[in-house]
Amino acid sequence: MKDLILIIITCALINNVVLSQFLGICSFLGVSKQMKAAASLGGAVIFVITIASAVANLLYNHILLPLGIDYMKTIVFILVIAALVQIVEMFLKKKSPAVYKALGIYLPLITTNCAVLGVALTNVQNEYTFMESVIAGFGTGLGYTIAIVLLAGIRSRINEEDLPAPLRGAPIVMISAALMSIAFMGFSGLSL
Amino acid sequence: MNKYLERLLNGLWKENPVLILMLGMCPALAVSTKASNGIGMGLSTLAVLVLSNLVISLLRKVIPDDVRLPAYIVIVASLVTVTELLIEAYLPSLYDALGIYIPLIVVNCIILGRAEAYANKATPGLAVMDGIGMGLGFTVALTLAGLIREVLGSGTAFGLQILPKSVEPIAIFVQPPGAFLVFALIIAIMNAIGIKTRQRQLVESGCDGNCAMCTSMCENPKTPVDEEAAK
Repeated sequence: MKDLILIIITCALINNVVLSQFLGICSFLGVSKQMKAAASLGGAVIFVITIASAVANLLYNHILLPLGIDYMKTIVFILVIAALVQIVEMFLKKKSPAVYKALGIYLPLITTNCAVLGVALTNVQNEYTFMESVIAGFGTGLGYTIAIVLLAGIRSRINEEDLPAPLRGAPIVMISAALMSIAFMGFSGLSL
Repeated sequence: MNKYLERLLNGLWKENPVLILMLGMCPALAVSTKASNGIGMGLSTLAVLVLSNLVISLLRKVIPDDVRLPAYIVIVASLVTVTELLIEAYLPSLYDALGIYIPLIVVNCIILGRAEAYANKATPGLAVMDGIGMGLGFTVALTLAGLIREVLGSGTAFGLQILPKSVEPIAIFVQPPGAFLVFALIIAIMNAIGIKTRQRQLVESGCDGNCAMCTSMCENPKTPVDEEAAK
């Protein structure tokens, strides 16, 4: 149990997927304009990464490894993730229209978000068990959500400031991200 | 101008994938800690990009339109796996330095973006030149960012000491925040001297909100760069 909590803290804060591993940068910069959209995307990412980690772990340990074709993992994972997002989308549309309405438009965006594939590959590299993979996926999604919601909050304030012209747009957003990244480096001092 | 040469220069400067089109930011930020890593990542991506452009261009009349994206993903993923195994076998130090970012070339927007925007309409010769141009543009941008970060952050360039030992390097530049800072400043400088980039699309619309299908997801796939070229 203690191990699992440590994995969540490590994935969400210490090795934050966006601010220290640079995965999912495109959507981090693109969808952080409004707090609400950022939070919805974060929710969708947590959902997809958790499920994708579970499925990828089962496939790797029970199909790829026994057959000795573990070098196929990149191809298998990317296709499984793409198919999985489609299935999740169809399932939500039918069974839970409210959730679909909130997350729907963000689901296709996630298909090839590098964070999803990145977590699946990292889990394999770290030789995580099934439970550890699921928890690591959840923690990573949580870290992504924390980062994108915080950035959206910062950006809503930045918009009211009078900035030098060359810094407007992407540069100031990335400088904000740099400052957030410095703050998150503080977590690496946690002695776990 | 010779249209093959034009493709090469287009990727290298006019539509530089990182600096102008702002694609492939994840690997650009992640591996630019050293100039040599930038070259390694750039050339690995170039190899995948040239081969994927070639294969997709050759198969452009065979692949049905409805399933083109899954087909492209399979092609790119296979090429990435081959590249990964080759790097692991022949360049183990580069393999350790780039780590998980080698398999993640699959979701690099530049590759699927070029397949979707250019290779599936072009002849194999032009598609290969486009791949070389874009790949070189990516390599140059990564090496430049890597060089800036390496000089400021560890006082070396390509592993050689260039700043005097008495100058304390600013370690933050080789750590994650430095990546954001360096790219922010590069874009700001390009803004200040009037070079138009696609940064608006990166931060203002969700258009580039995903790493691979940027071009196909956009309702208006025309970039400001294209529009200016048309004028």
